[in-house]
Amino acid sequence: MNCEECGKRPATLHLTKIVNGEKTEYHICEHCAQEKGDVISGFDNFSIHNILSGLLNFDPMAKNSVGGSSNSQTATQKTLRCETCGLTYAQFSKSGRFGCSDCYRYFGDRLDPLFRRIHGNTNHIGKVPERTGGQLKIRKELEQLKTALQQYIKTEEFEKAAEIRDRIRALEKKMDQA
Amino acid sequence: MSVQQFMQNPWSNWMKGEGPDADIVISTRIRIARNLRHQPFPLLATDSQAEEVVHQVANASRSKAMSKAGPFELIMMDKLQPLEKRVLVEKHLISPNLAEESRKGGVLLSDDESISIMVNEEDHIRIQVLMPGFQLKEAWDIGSRIDDIFEKHVNYAFDETRGYLTSCPTNVGTGIRASVMLHLPALVMTQQISRILQAINQVGLVVRGIYGEGSEALGNLFQLSNQVTLGMSESDILSNLYSVAKQIVDQERVARRYLQENSSLALEDRICRSYGILLHARTVESKEAAQRLSDVRLGIDLGLIKNVTTFTINELLVMTQPGFLQRHAGQKLTPEQRDERRARLIRERLAAHSA
Ligand SMILES: [Zn+2]
Ligand SMILES: [Zn+2]
Repeated sequence: MNCEECGKRPATLHLTKIVNGEKTEYHICEHCAQEKGDVISGFDNFSIHNILSGLLNFDPMAKNSVGGSSNSQTATQKTLRCETCGLTYAQFSKSGRFGCSDCYRYFGDRLDPLFRRIHGNTNHIGKVPERTGGQLKIRKELEQLKTALQQYIKTEEFEKAAEIRDRIRALEKKMDQA
Repeated sequence: MSVQQFMQNPWSNWMKGEGPDADIVISTRIRIARNLRHQPFPLLATDSQAEEVVHQVANASRSKAMSKAGPFELIMMDKLQPLEKRVLVEKHLISPNLAEESRKGGVLLSDDESISIMVNEEDHIRIQVLMPGFQLKEAWDIGSRIDDIFEKHVNYAFDETRGYLTSCPTNVGTGIRASVMLHLPALVMTQQISRILQAINQVGLVVRGIYGEGSEALGNLFQLSNQVTLGMSESDILSNLYSVAKQIVDQERVARRYLQENSSLALEDRICRSYGILLHARTVESKEAAQRLSDVRLGIDLGLIKNVTTFTINELLVMTQPGFLQRHAGQKLTPEQRDERRARLIRERLAAHSA
């Protein structure tokens, strides 16, 4: 077998990468591995995009188009484009990379099947930036406070409940003003 | 520290060979991907847009809060020779991608090289914290603090549903990639490694290693990292990785004990043989060097080799890479010349410590 990088020398290194149980193998020669700085294993040397384009080479709408009845859908798919940076959905599928942060908005729900395949999830539940996170941080805090409030009412700890109630009011006021 | 020193000094913080479980966990890395809201991602950015990003990031890095973590040195890629970039890659301070492909890319390096912040790599900002041994929580705390500081100065691309928005859909959400580099010679020798690797990717983690013929990983080094970044909180990602890595570390210890109890002569012979070869060989290919250094490292961990430190081994792993060898020689070298220089360098280093 010849090296997948240069196609000239015989492939002596075989890199296996397993993503969600799917095995991908690369076969390259030692020379190209060294060129890629890949002698100490790891550290993002082999681009994840090799694998990604495999993942992305599916059309989320393809399932519906088996009978050829969804030409219009495929057409929207083709013309779908981010108005901020101009990247089309087709280009995105090919490169596996977004052009700007607005692409997420323009491609919208169409991204859900992709995210589900990569992450098994579509919604973020981690860290929220203090300043640019908008009101999300406050809303999350409000949710937590309301749960706590119910708990205190249940256990009849009314003093603590009143304290929480005041904090909720203050936060709600802050949200209205924002 | 000057740019020249970064290049010439083979020493990086992560090579110390200290830290928790450092006999098996060589290093811990946290990478945090962030982007600016109103700038196209590096893929589509024009030169002037990319320069604007560098400008904003550099400004943020000069803030008072950052100087506590710093001082940082900004190094632009277009100011470096190919060989110099290569050295930064071999020291794990920048990605090959930044070295090769990025226009207007740069890196902010902390003095002890434990923090590197890549600018205009695949994402506008990639904060990387690299620490010796098994220190996931510590590395995340440092990285997250830097993230907070940046957030005060720049507008991050963040979405309530998708989280931190990244160039690549594999990083969206938390934007964090946490990884540990594991040295697992006993699990490889006892042929348990493939069973373990198969189990790992059931739980949202990925293992990378380079495989030679016979599926033996180069230098028995494996990098374990999280695959999922969306729908899991940072603490879940870290504790998931922690508990799996911890189990692997324990299994490696069991396998080492097993080998010592059941085939100590063969094990000792293999280790001492490798040590002997490294002490005397006149030419060594990188693959063999990695394997022999792995054996010697195991010998150190098992107390069989007493006059060499883990630090020396880590240092040699970096210094015997092509970029460093050529840097050291001050010229480009053919593979044959590299094999010769590699052997000499290893001989000299080991001899200096085995007086
Ligand atoms: Zn090749
Ligand atoms: Zn866009």
